[in-house]
Amino acid sequence: MSQTYQELLAKAREHVPEIEVDELSRLLDDADGPLLVDVREQAEWDEGHIPGAVHVPRGFLESRIAGVAGRDREIVISCQSGTRSLLAARTLQDMGYESVRSLHGGFTRWKQGGRQVRVPTRLSDPQRSRYSRHILLPEVGEAGQLKLLESKVLLIGAGGLGSPAALYLAAAGVGTIGLVDDDVVDASNLQRQVIHTTERVGTPKGESAKATIQALNPDVDVRVHELRVNRHNVLDVIDGYDVIVDGADNFPTRYLMNDAALITRTPLVHASILRFEGHASVFMPYEGPCYRCLFPEPPPPDLAPSCGEAGVLGVLCGVMGNIQATEAVKLLLGIGDTLAGRLLVYDALGMTFTELRLRRDPACPACGEGGKPELRDYDAWCAGVGRHAAVAAQA
Amino acid sequence: MSVVRIPTVLRAATGGQREVTVGGETVAEVLESLYAEHPAVRQQLEGSDGGLHRFVNIYLNDEDVRLLEWLETPVGPEDTLTILPAMAGGR
Repeated sequence: MSQTYQELLAKAREHVPEIEVDELSRLLDDADGPLLVDVREQAEWDEGHIPGAVHVPRGFLESRIAGVAGRDREIVISCQSGTRSLLAARTLQDMGYESVRSLHGGFTRWKQGGRQVRVPTRLSDPQRSRYSRHILLPEVGEAGQLKLLESKVLLIGAGGLGSPAALYLAAAGVGTIGLVDDDVVDASNLQRQVIHTTERVGTPKGESAKATIQALNPDVDVRVHELRVNRHNVLDVIDGYDVIVDGADNFPTRYLMNDAALITRTPLVHASILRFEGHASVFMPYEGPCYRCLFPEPPPPDLAPSCGEAGVLGVLCGVMGNIQATEAVKLLLGIGDTLAGRLLVYDALGMTFTELRLRRDPACPACGEGGKPELRDYDAWCAGVGRHAAVAAQA
Repeated sequence: MSVVRIPTVLRAATGGQREVTVGGETVAEVLESLYAEHPAVRQQLEGSDGGLHRFVNIYLNDEDVRLLEWLETPVGPEDTLTILPAMAGGR
């Protein structure tokens, strides 16, 4: 049976409940509120939309909705005047979405009420081309790409882990990348620290990394912090960054970054490497375990050789640094499941990935009940704990 | 017999072996069997009081044995023990 446009609309109206802008406005303030899906065309969206809305053009609704919401999610569909949204909502009902409403009067009525409208910063044409493979991903899209461009990631170390992480974060269009490193490029770095070049041996690593990043992606603002973080400067250095990627090469810095991340409640993406083995996790302050929940104390130096003493497979750094970059991008976009609460152990020789469960330690001196992260002289503390353990081991 | 995964820093003590298959019905017994085959491992894992160092974690499959029954945690023939010392390398 063929139906006219009016008949289709009337039928949709019979089945699809409508919601008024006043009620939607109240519900959107609620964290458990419905997901608002705007089904208008790109040009309409670009001129302005309801804050918090997700953009899925009508033509892509069926193919993309699963990436945006599950069938049990409460959804409100909006368009310009409230008719396309009725038809779109009807389609979602046919696809098994149970709680779908249509915004009565659409964006026009929302705007007439003097409510807040978000006019998106738009990607330029060159950016649209550069990031096209990201934009194609429903989980990223143009909104996600814009989010990356507005994001700030701090890398502790522009070395084995920091090199690949910085390269991929820069390529991904993370708008601001901070690099903390007080070292200079050495010929022995080039086997794995792929952001540096032979001709830049002897130059500061931060400056060398900056040159590579700028050649790769001029969208990225690189901030070089040519220093070693300590308890006096760490809070100033990490101020304003959304995510910290820890690629430090020593325990004092690892514990310092953990405690500073807790104090500022900044997600910390962890990885460490030695020989053929890598560890990675994500420490979400007070939501998941922290580094001290995992390792309350550092080992003595003889049981924790550095890569400089024990060696490291160059390409291992690439794998682990890029796992860190992956987790950082997911955190910035708020997508997927991160390694929070899990430690990934990679053994390159066996080519095995093992996952261990990490849990918050209620007795953790930093994030546990009654614990408090406290910035201290970590060099002395690690040496003290290490010496104590070493003496105990020899006794 | 259970499999014990040996971390890279301990492989010098196991003659380079990445996994060692040993007997034992508890974590303590499995570790003792491991020490019997590779005595040097004991010095790296235990303090003077005979207890495991705090910077070494042991997992039965994916769970920290400190959250189970610690050294008395039963170990079955299909189980894997992972020894996990802290590592700091990044460069």
